[in-house]
Amino acid sequence: MSAGNPVSESKPLLAVSNLTLKIGASGKTVVNDVGFSVSPGEIVGIVGESGSGKTLAARAIMGFVPPAVKLVSGSILFDGDEITTMAPKRLRAVRGSKVGMVFQEPMTSLNPSMMIGRQLEEGLALHRDLNAAGRRALILDMLRRVGLSDPEGALHAFPHQFSGGMRQRIMLASVMLLKPALLLADEPTTALDAVVQRDVMELMVDLTKENGTAVLLISHDLGMVARYCSRIVVMSQGDVVEQGAADDILARPQHPYTRKLLAAMPLRGLARELPQAKTPIVAVRDLVVDYPGRQRFFRKSAPKRALHGISLEVRPGEVVAVVGGSGSGKTTLGQSIAGLVKSSGGEILFNGKPIFKSETAYWDYRLNCQMVFQDPYSSLDPRMSIGELVTEPLRLVPGMRAAEKKARVAEVLAEVGLGNGFAERFPHELSGGQRQRVAIARAVVRRPSFVIADEPVSALDVTVRAQVLELFAELQRKHGFSCLFISHDLGVVEQVADRVVVMQEGRIVEEGSRDQIFDDPKHAYTRKLLSAVPGLESSGDGGVRLFWRLGEPDTVQPKSG
Amino acid sequence: MLRFALTRIVMAIPTLLIVAVSVFVLIRLIPGDPASLMLGDLATPASIADLRARLGLDQSLPTQFGIWFSHLLKGDLGISINSQEPILPLILSRFWVSAQIVLVAVFFASLVAVPAGVIAAWRQDTTLDLGLVGAATLLLSIPTFWLGLLLLLFFGLKLEWLPVVGYVSIGDDPWRGIIYLIMPILTLFLHEIGVILRMARASTLEVLRLDYITHARAKGLSEGAVLWRHAFKNAFGPTWTLIGLVLGNLLGGIAVVETVFTIPGLGRLLVDSIFARDYPVIQGCMLFVAFCYVLVNLVIDLCYPIFDPRVTAQ
Amino acid sequence: MRLPAFNALIGGGLIGGLLIAAGTGALWTPYDPLKLSFREKLAAPSAAHWLGTDEFGRDVLSRLMAGAATSVWISLLTVALAVIFGTLIGLFSGYVRGWVDRVIMAFNDALLAFPGILLALGLLAVVGANKYGIIVALGIAYTPSVARIVRGTVLSLREKEFIAASRVMGNSEAFTMARHILPNCIAPLTVLATSMFGYVLLAESSLSFLGLGVPPPAPTWGNMLAGARPYIGQAMWLGIFPGLCISLTLLGINLLGDAVRDRLDPRMRGMR
Repeated sequence: MSAGNPVSESKPLLAVSNLTLKIGASGKTVVNDVGFSVSPGEIVGIVGESGSGKTLAARAIMGFVPPAVKLVSGSILFDGDEITTMAPKRLRAVRGSKVGMVFQEPMTSLNPSMMIGRQLEEGLALHRDLNAAGRRALILDMLRRVGLSDPEGALHAFPHQFSGGMRQRIMLASVMLLKPALLLADEPTTALDAVVQRDVMELMVDLTKENGTAVLLISHDLGMVARYCSRIVVMSQGDVVEQGAADDILARPQHPYTRKLLAAMPLRGLARELPQAKTPIVAVRDLVVDYPGRQRFFRKSAPKRALHGISLEVRPGEVVAVVGGSGSGKTTLGQSIAGLVKSSGGEILFNGKPIFKSETAYWDYRLNCQMVFQDPYSSLDPRMSIGELVTEPLRLVPGMRAAEKKARVAEVLAEVGLGNGFAERFPHELSGGQRQRVAIARAVVRRPSFVIADEPVSALDVTVRAQVLELFAELQRKHGFSCLFISHDLGVVEQVADRVVVMQEGRIVEEGSRDQIFDDPKHAYTRKLLSAVPGLESSGDGGVRLFWRLGEPDTVQPKSG
Repeated sequence: MLRFALTRIVMAIPTLLIVAVSVFVLIRLIPGDPASLMLGDLATPASIADLRARLGLDQSLPTQFGIWFSHLLKGDLGISINSQEPILPLILSRFWVSAQIVLVAVFFASLVAVPAGVIAAWRQDTTLDLGLVGAATLLLSIPTFWLGLLLLLFFGLKLEWLPVVGYVSIGDDPWRGIIYLIMPILTLFLHEIGVILRMARASTLEVLRLDYITHARAKGLSEGAVLWRHAFKNAFGPTWTLIGLVLGNLLGGIAVVETVFTIPGLGRLLVDSIFARDYPVIQGCMLFVAFCYVLVNLVIDLCYPIFDPRVTAQ
Repeated sequence: MRLPAFNALIGGGLIGGLLIAAGTGALWTPYDPLKLSFREKLAAPSAAHWLGTDEFGRDVLSRLMAGAATSVWISLLTVALAVIFGTLIGLFSGYVRGWVDRVIMAFNDALLAFPGILLALGLLAVVGANKYGIIVALGIAYTPSVARIVRGTVLSLREKEFIAASRVMGNSEAFTMARHILPNCIAPLTVLATSMFGYVLLAESSLSFLGLGVPPPAPTWGNMLAGARPYIGQAMWLGIFPGLCISLTLLGINLLGDAVRDRLDPRMRGMR
């Protein structure tokens, strides 16, 4: 598609101007004097991090201002009509038939107790003058179009019988049935597995193009927005800081925040030379993990094998990334190496010694292997202060005196940038990024030689993610621990990893150096992963350039996700 | 679906077994010898020993349980010490009296409280919501025996609209039967409105936050359609479960209301038997109510997929 | 004013008033709550007897205060008993898991199959209807629900990443239990204990009303209502004041419970 068209001269379909929203109780301004427009058939992106007000601004277009939020001023003109003052009945006539909406979370955006057919029919019955047979034909047609293999069966199925990717396709079908003039898509692929993200996104673009529907795409993912949108609106803390043609924004960002956002995009660094050591720090041999079957009444259901004999090595100072889609077993692998999940076969060697064979080897490993978890809201005990949390791992260090512990904790907290006064605070008083810094401090306070990081930045905002990754890399260089870095995010992996292991369905399908995997992938699954998300590279002078790894995609085949 | 139903039914069996054992053990723990109690002042050591043998009390506990349990399976709960009547028919006749009060009260309370709760949630934090929740909390806080006394004082003694105490079987005289039941039913009705309304509101609030409600609104559906078709059905599950618990709890707790209005129901039978130390009847009542409770909850569970098709797919 | 603040204020006020009345009632009452005075029987509220007298001429206010002391004392002890034993059972069951957990929970659920007050009635027949009998009976009757909630909390906490973090540190299961799981059970236990105080007080009043509670002449709100029933037509105050005390206490507990829930556990908001 041709990104970067100048704003079309025709009358805009949607014109938002001076929109200001405040929280009623606190008077806090959440959307501040925002203005942007969307022309017929155009795809416009709103990019921002959490708290930027992008979702509120978008929902206001449909008249969905939450009761706690007050519309202070501004106008939203849709097709020449003012939305903010429209009578409820007329507003309802616009909703669905002229403006459609797709949500982030496919698990909660369809009614769980209503059959798909009926949910799709509702809008048609309301806005179109069709008989039941006509509606049915349209629905079947659309379900086929979005790639459902059995549209007839889907009519009488419930949402829980479909995967997330499929539900998002059904959601698209539901909205596009009415051929609205404008589609609001709020993070439509964020909750989906990487491999299906692109398919769903391309489907959305194709469908809207076919019907001449304009799209307002709301996302935190600058790469994706840049890929599909002709114009971009950048929002931060309720303000529109910059807007313009996608290519211009990427190549010549003007506002400091846009530059910061672009600078936060992960980029590949130079390959590192690591000292060659004889024994790997951690070696895993033929690791098998079975999840026991669920206990039913009189019998147990068959156990499910999550890992089919995994072998891998992590050398001193090396960062090995494990990538794969959901269900690939990458998280199970990390948990099993950390000792959180019992393995049913294979062995783990630490410094060449098998850890299951002797108590001393086990404890040596236990004290030297630490872990950073994904969710900083659940990984810190809410009833302990930051100081207590970071001190706790030192409890089992033999022969360490209280004063030494105190000094070490202070040192580590300073290292992660939480030096002054954070020790007395509690997790709920900290932001997500700060919490993840605490989690990292807790993992490195014992000076481990091996750290497992399970999606350590995937719950964080883009700019915070960049800072935390930076911190992690710095600590890794300083203390030289080896790391198993588990992630679904190829951009992040490309930035941090020395070596990459690709997993699918509990098996390693490919492994190699980062450059090998990213530049010359061999296995089909690796290629599929790489082609699913666009990459970014620096174009110098603060701008970036967007590219598809492995070239432009083949025509997208809708398939079950 | 069939599997789901069978699983639920089979799962209730161990519970019922343990319930039976617990009741049996509990009754054996009561201090005092049933035989000497039954014979009263006329007891002689010989007659006590004779009666003990007839009641099977001289056997070992497991044997006693075996005999008792095999009778239980045949529906034989034994004979009342005081009235010498067989217990099951006695319980059933009393149960009918209590059940009609409880069922009617809970049915009408649900009919009023569920829509009111949904509307309160829909209008969260408005005056209407605060009023409804406030009223519900107030009703919930008034114990049924006092509410009953107040109704009795007001409608019975002051206004003299309704008879103060007593009971006439509806079978004997439908009109008078109903008249006598109005106040006890009204008492439970008012109390349970409070309980059910709060639950209906809470679970509707949970559902109203979800994306599919916004999706329904985004289709252009009217608020009525959003509430009824999308919110209500998904929100009703927890309330439905609560109604089951309420039914069971009322069967256990109805004694106080029956005492206020002197109605010969199941609760009163149990309390009178405790006073009279009529152990077989205590035992029978406890078993019967617990079984009803398990049964009601089973039926509630089996209906649950209507509101949430996901439960059959575990 | 925001609703939770309003709830906390009214609820706290009512319960504060109850505690003051109970504390005072335990030490001092205007008249001897047991002293008979047939000359003054069924006297309407007056300057001498603010809330009137009962059928034996006993001062209603004094009896209400003494009854408050008894009820609060019984309820507190019962809640403490149920919370302590329930927590121990729930922690143990959630800790060992496996078949031991299944057996414990099967028994627990079977006990929960006796609706509310029924189990207490049966237990009362065993332990005898007196002050301590009620505490034991109600304590046992309410233990299973505590055990169930604590076990549920333990199991859901086990899924949290901070528990995994504790294990990765090398902490033993027992240490993790004491340092991370138990402290995080306190919030749900507080919510539960608050509302349970209400259930227990209501159950105690109901039992007393049925004549199976604290035996007369010692006053409780429940047995005062039971005693008032025959005289309610001629001495309305006898039927009004004890019931009003129970209702206001329960209202206070319900409001306070809502406030505590909102504060400690927003997810449980509005549940019973």
